Amino acid sequence: MDTGTIIIGLTIFVLACFAGAELIAKVPPTLHTPLMSGSNAISGIAIVGALLATGHSESFSSISLIGFLAVIFATINVVGGYMVTRRMLQMFKK
Amino acid sequence: MSNHSINLIYLLSATLFMLGIKYLSSPNTAKRGNLLSMIGMAAAIGITLTTPGLHGFTLIIIGIIIGTVIGGYAALKVKMTSMPEMVALFNGCGGAASALVAMAEFRGPNTEFDSFTLITLLLSMIIGGLTFTGSLMAYAKLQDLISTRPITYPGQQFINGAIVLVTLVLASLLFQDPSNTLVFFGILALSLSLGVLAVIPIGGADMPVIICLLNSYSGLAVSMTGFALNNNALIITGSLVGASGIILTKIMCDAMNRSLANVLFSAFGKIIESADDTGEGPTGTIKGYEVEDVATILANAGSLIIVPGYGMAAAQAQHATRELGDYLGEQGVNVRYAIHPVAGRMPGHMNVLLAEADVPYEQLFALEDINDDFAGTDVVLVIGANDVVNPAAKTNPSSPIYGMPVLDVEKATTVIVLKRSMSVGFAGIENELFFMDNTMMLFGDARSSLQKLVATLKQ
Repeated sequence: MDTGTIIIGLTIFVLACFAGAELIAKVPPTLHTPLMSGSNAISGIAIVGALLATGHSESFSSISLIGFLAVIFATINVVGGYMVTRRMLQMFKK
Repeated sequence: MSNHSINLIYLLSATLFMLGIKYLSSPNTAKRGNLLSMIGMAAAIGITLTTPGLHGFTLIIIGIIIGTVIGGYAALKVKMTSMPEMVALFNGCGGAASALVAMAEFRGPNTEFDSFTLITLLLSMIIGGLTFTGSLMAYAKLQDLISTRPITYPGQQFINGAIVLVTLVLASLLFQDPSNTLVFFGILALSLSLGVLAVIPIGGADMPVIICLLNSYSGLAVSMTGFALNNNALIITGSLVGASGIILTKIMCDAMNRSLANVLFSAFGKIIESADDTGEGPTGTIKGYEVEDVATILANAGSLIIVPGYGMAAAQAQHATRELGDYLGEQGVNVRYAIHPVAGRMPGHMNVLLAEADVPYEQLFALEDINDDFAGTDVVLVIGANDVVNPAAKTNPSSPIYGMPVLDVEKATTVIVLKRSMSVGFAGIENELFFMDNTMMLFGDARSSLQKLVATLKQ
């Protein structure tokens, strides 16, 4: 990886941390549990890496097996996280 | 699809995730936010599947089906009282997924890593690995599968420090020879054991902090994976989750007036035995009352503040609580709820339970918004809360919770405490509130006590 790419990556990381902190500070305490389950759901974005690892070659290998396990874990987060967040948010009424 | 188009879709996904969090700023818009976030995730997964040269679709589909069945089943079946356990497990899954992706990359066909990629892969594996086992431990503590009291032994911190040191040494070895399988698995084993050993000395009272911290770690692991794979969607999303977890960690620590280091290393919540020996425990008599006595007080109240704690969740008493609140509200009593930030076992736990029981969220007040009102209130009803209403936090400098912001319930005319038994709270200390003259204790299961109260009041 060339240094330019690394610096761009780090820049994105730092800016996203600050932007995230600003957004999250505005979430009221009453929604902190859905915030956590919602974060679980989006951390399932690791599924992108898991898909690429599982399908990296035509033949089955230890790498595709590791990727397969990662797909399962990440999907649990995505599906479970979004569904339980939705279930909770539907309960909040005026 | 070309790489550029794929990256543009990833940017769209990251934007939708950010909007999802932005819309969480109000319960009115939160559902829309969750939907946008879902669309972002679907787009990211969909576009990844069009990556040129991707194989193994059968395996991928099987994996997605298995994950969907497990995740969907858990999401539909989990009781709202068990959300802390659920989030703990999800944190663990997130850590595991990142660690596995890093491992796959490590064992992949490309073995020529530059040092930046190598460092981020290692960090992803170590942080993800310890998040996985640490979360399983947190889950076991929350479920009472292992003791909720801190598990300590001599030299504990020395051993943990040594593990960190050995991990670093092994990492530097792997740095010189990335193909060394033995060192690779050594690092994996150490990071997994570190997760276990770091969480067992932490008591049940501090699990809300640990869940937040592990939430943050799971995000950090995703970011590290993003660096290694040079994928901006992972970098951005990971930093969002990391920031969220660390902010919640800070809120929880502040609400207990403790530093994160103190939470992690002090084995808080060991039963304090010296109190009895020195005779410095609370003095006075506990006054246990009958349902009828308590009902009379409630029937004559003009204002009521309900203070729920973990005991309400444990007794599944949220619906019975709302019934009592609704009945008294109909009789013209001003009913409000006071929620301490660390009531329950995760941030916002009480709010979700009361929302489940159809309590309107406008009736819920945070500590700083309601604490001045206790003085002018007729009755406070404490349901299964203990440490968050302990006046020792204000009056007793030798108390472990001294300095923690607490709800000033004792300033009300009458305090009614629903409690299962006289056992100490999470912090392992006595509560002098229970011995005060204006306190009425009603012992028993919170749910059946509340149901009896409602029945008596309606007569």
